[in-house]
Formats: sequence, C-alpha cells, structure tokens
Amino acid sequence: MTQLSKAQLLQAYRTMRTIREFEERVHAEFATGTIPGFVHLYAGEEASATGFCMHLRDDDYIASTHRGHGHCIAKGVDPVEMMAEIYGKATGSCRGKGGSMHIADLSKGMMGANGIVGGGGPLICGAALAAKYKKRGGVGICFFGDGASNQGTILEAMNLASVWDLPAIFVAENNGYAESTSSTWSVACDNIADRASAFGMPGVIVDGFDFFAVHEAAGEAVRRAREGGGPTLVEVKFMRYYGHFEGDAETYRGPNEVEKLRHEKDCLLRFRNRVTSSGEVQASELDVIDKDALALIDRAVAKAKADPKPKAADLLTDVYVSYP
Amino acid sequence: MAREISYQQAINEALRQEMERDPSVLVMGEDNAGGEGSPGERDAWGGVLGVTKGLYPKFPDRVLDTPISESGFIGAAIGAAAAGMRPVAELMFVDFMGVCFDQIFNQAAKFKYMFGGKAQTPVVIRTMVGAGLRAAGQHSQMLVNVFTHIPGLKVVCPATPYDAKGLLIQSIRDNDPVIFCEHKLLYGLKGDVPEESYAIPFGEANVVREGKDVTIVTFGRMVHLSNEATAELAKAGIQCEVIDLRTTSPLDEDTVLESVAKTGRVVVVDESNPRCSIASDISSLIAMKAFGDLKAPIEMVTAPHTPVPFADSLEDLYIPGPAKIRGAVERVARYH
Repeated sequence: MTQLSKAQLLQAYRTMRTIREFEERVHAEFATGTIPGFVHLYAGEEASATGFCMHLRDDDYIASTHRGHGHCIAKGVDPVEMMAEIYGKATGSCRGKGGSMHIADLSKGMMGANGIVGGGGPLICGAALAAKYKKRGGVGICFFGDGASNQGTILEAMNLASVWDLPAIFVAENNGYAESTSSTWSVACDNIADRASAFGMPGVIVDGFDFFAVHEAAGEAVRRAREGGGPTLVEVKFMRYYGHFEGDAETYRGPNEVEKLRHEKDCLLRFRNRVTSSGEVQASELDVIDKDALALIDRAVAKAKADPKPKAADLLTDVYVSYP
Repeated sequence: MAREISYQQAINEALRQEMERDPSVLVMGEDNAGGEGSPGERDAWGGVLGVTKGLYPKFPDRVLDTPISESGFIGAAIGAAAAGMRPVAELMFVDFMGVCFDQIFNQAAKFKYMFGGKAQTPVVIRTMVGAGLRAAGQHSQMLVNVFTHIPGLKVVCPATPYDAKGLLIQSIRDNDPVIFCEHKLLYGLKGDVPEESYAIPFGEANVVREGKDVTIVTFGRMVHLSNEATAELAKAGIQCEVIDLRTTSPLDEDTVLESVAKTGRVVVVDESNPRCSIASDISSLIAMKAFGDLKAPIEMVTAPHTPVPFADSLEDLYIPGPAKIRGAVERVARYH
C-alpha cells in the first residue's frame, strides 16, 4: 500500500470536501431557481476524481462527463470561476458560454466536461497520442459513466488505445444508474472491467467509496501508462447521491438507498474515521478544512450571483480563431 | 518553379512539405501507410487511392495507420489537436461522417466557443467527396453543405491541383478545424503547381472566367463542368463569368455580389442534392443582398433529391452536367 504523507492526506480531504461542498450547495441553490439549465451532481463520487487526479500533473489531460464538476475541481480548475460558469456569468471558466456541462481549462489539462455520453474517449486517445510525441511521460485519463460504457466511442477508444499503445487510462465510474436505468441491466456482463480483456488491457475493480483503494489503483494505472506500459481500464463502483440531473424525482431508487450510503459508505466519513483513528491527522485539522471549503463555496456563490452576465457582443466572438 | 502534376500529387506534396516544416503535423487514417501488422510491405497502399503513398518511409513515426474505427481516430485527431499537435486525419469517404460526426460537430467545432475562447483545435479532416465513380449511395455524396452549416468548422473544396496544394497548406497551418473535401474524380487532373510551398487564404473565391452576361457560382468538380458549358455558350454569344468559391466556409460573398451587380443573371451549380444546399444558400444570399441587381430569377443546377444511384445510366443523369448548365444559363440569359 502506498504511504501518503500528511500533506497528501490533507490535500485529498480538501479536494473531496471542496467537491462535496460545491455540489451540496449547487443542489440547494438550484432548488431556489437561481441556476439555469441542466446540472448533474457528483456528490458521493468524490474519491474517484480525487484519487486519480492526485497522481496527475498539469500537462496530463483528463476528459470528463456531463457529471464533471468533481473532475474539474480535482484537476485544479478554480471553483470560483466554475460557480460563475454554472450561473452563466461572464467571469465563468468559459465566460458563460459553456455552462455546467462544458467546463474546461486546457491550461490545467482539463479537456472539458462533455454533454455527449462517451464523447471523451476518442479525445483522450488524442491527448495521450500527443503526450507520446511530446515524450515527457504525460498521460490521459478518460472518466466515463456506466451509461457511456455501452457507447461505441468508448469501445473504439479502448481498442485504439491498445492498438496504438497509448498512455491512457479509462475510468468507468459505475454510479449505479444511467439516467434512471440500472447498470445491472444495461451492462451485459457482470462488470464493466470484464471488458478490458477484449481490448488487451488490464481491468481493475475498485470500491469507489474508499479513497485509499481508488488512489492505490489509480497510482498503478498511471505509473503503467507513464512508463510506456499502455492503457488500463479501472471500474470504480459506487452510487451517486443525487438524481441524474437536478429535478429528478428519483422514483427508481430503492428505499432509503442514499441515506444508507451516506451513513455507512460515505467516502469523506470513511476517510475521516481512518486517518483520525490511525492518528495520522487530528479531527480538528479536518474541521478546519471543512470550514475553509464552506467559506470558499460561500464566496463562490456570492460572487457568481453578483457577477455580470456576458454582453450582447459576446454572442458572436470565439467561434473561430480567425474568420475573414 | 511550376510544373505539371496531378491533384493527387499536389495533395501529397502539401502533406510532405508541411510535415517537413512542422514536426507537430501527423497524418492518420485507414491504410494511410497500409500493411500495418501484415507480413508484406509497409506503405502498401498510401490510403485507399494512394494519396498519402510515400509519406510513411519519410516520416515513419508520424504516419499512423488506424483500425476501421472512425469515431475513435477522428476523435483522437481532434483530441491531439486540442493538446497541441496538428493532425491531418483522413475520413476515407465523406459518407462515413455518419459514424463519427459527433466528434466533428459536437466536439471539434464547439471547443473554442463553449470553452470561452480558451481552446483551439487545429485539425484537418481530409475526405473524399462526389459522384461519378459508380460507387453508389454510400460512397458518392458531397455533404459539403452539412459541414458548412456548422459554426466552428471551415470547409474547403479545391477544384484544381494548384488550389489543392495551396488550400491544404493553409488548412494545416490554420488554427481552426478544417474539413478538406477532395473530389475523387479530380485526383488525376493535372495542372501547373509550384514546387515551393505556398498557402491560399480562405474566403477568397477565384474568378476562373470573366464574362458580362451570366454569373455561374460553383465549386469543386462543377467548376470544370461549368467551364465546359461556357465554351459552347460563348459561341452562342453568351459570356459567362464563372466563380469558384474554393471555400464554402468562410464564404467570399463580395466576389459573388460584385459579379451579380455586373451581370444581373445567376446560375448556381452544385453537385449536392438541392434542399438546404450550397446552391440554395448562395441563391438566398443573392436574393437578399442583390435583389435590385437581378434581371432574371436565379437558377440552381443540382443533383435531384435522391440518393446517388449505382447504374451508369442513372448516375450520369444524377450528376449535373454541361448540358443542364447550358440550359439553365440560356434560360436565365433570355429572361425578360
């Protein structure tokens, strides 16, 4: 088992807590009607984005999904700008032209949340191909859901990554449901990871509520990719805490499904119990991070609400780099 | 120094010169070298019609064969472009856009805008268009209009070897995603092409023939069929001005409108199906911006609203030819 330094433990907790606070707050604000459009929340899945992205550098790329806020935060995108983007403000990560489903920051190696299920697979092959040419040991990670695991693009991308021997990692975040459809029904095999052998790569299954398990599996896959060992498929099993999108009545869920998960499985709770009982971190140190995260999101929401919307002239800009 | 080479050779030369100039240029596609993993020779094909033949021996690390997996590798080209490379991916026949269009129109075309200007995707997708090879319904379409409709894409349709080289070089150097449409019946066409590297700017139509009576607006292979028609029309006393658009996005509106101001009579020739086509687009442009100049209704010469047929007797009818163009020009010229 990889030994994490205290600083790394605190960083991991801060990232997960920031994502949770961000998502809980977007959930609450959405209910008041102040947030436009479609919003898909990552709460419950924090250990995945955090466990993987902690192994990455700014010149490593990730491709994300419509449920992308967690990936963005874990890859270093500014949560204040993200919140402004979700509110459709000119100060947002994408100047208000992308919204929740298209937050990106190429300077941080974040190739974008993606409104198309499975859209990121081929793109991350490209990023991994570019990394191969740049010869600096860069890697690309494609996060995708159980729904996307059945899309041709993901299957094509996994095949291509193996054929071209790319430094790519495919992270199947199996959160139980594609919209309202259970992955136990839509995925024809027992595990998404079982498909890895069909593409000539290792397949790994990991408990997505356990940050340490994710971090360990991610470290192995990233190391393999960096060293030229080729792609890996990692299936992260967990469940999301909220609906497919905000406003989803979630009548497809089992009784008390989420409540039970929150009490018995929650990645933040589990992390806290483990590191405080081992004595590696004091509870008070985590409490400080909780307060920091709350303050950060308070500030982000207040700023997002106050910030200006894009101007009429912005409608026509940035379609092309140049267009006579 | 110029010498005569074919449209196909001009494309190959543009790729070679840009790969020599810029190490971030990659070429990828099905059989772009050919023979990958097989017991025989590498560079066995150079693409299905040999357009990329000879590049692999010169740049073995930068000419990539791909599985038949268009979503996978077209998307990979787009991702690599967003990550700093300049890939030139070959979509063998434009008809195959159906299996990879998401990566082109939802990803490549929208990155810059959706990401607030903070991304660029300098990818070129080379693709074969057009009817006339008896290749039937799924290997013969134009579809240029479909790409032209999408904000964020640039669409290039060279008609000559000179333009094929200069426009492809511009496409590779351009920082936006470019769909580069190569007409399969033009590959063997020869013409003067300078040996040195040169780029032709986008959005500059070419007036290939000047005339005072009727304006013919066209692009791609139809430039040549229009030229054929004008020779006979000239004998009958009708002087046509033929405009080759070269790029349908961006579109050189000024050259079209200036010509219409001079002639007042217009025929738009487009190998595509007629509805929501480049022909209907140009016609509406002229109707909106040059109504006062018009002396006759605009005529469109296009394929019919059918798939491309197989039998030669039908395909020859499907493709707009010099006779149809001549008929339209005569009607427009005679109109009072």
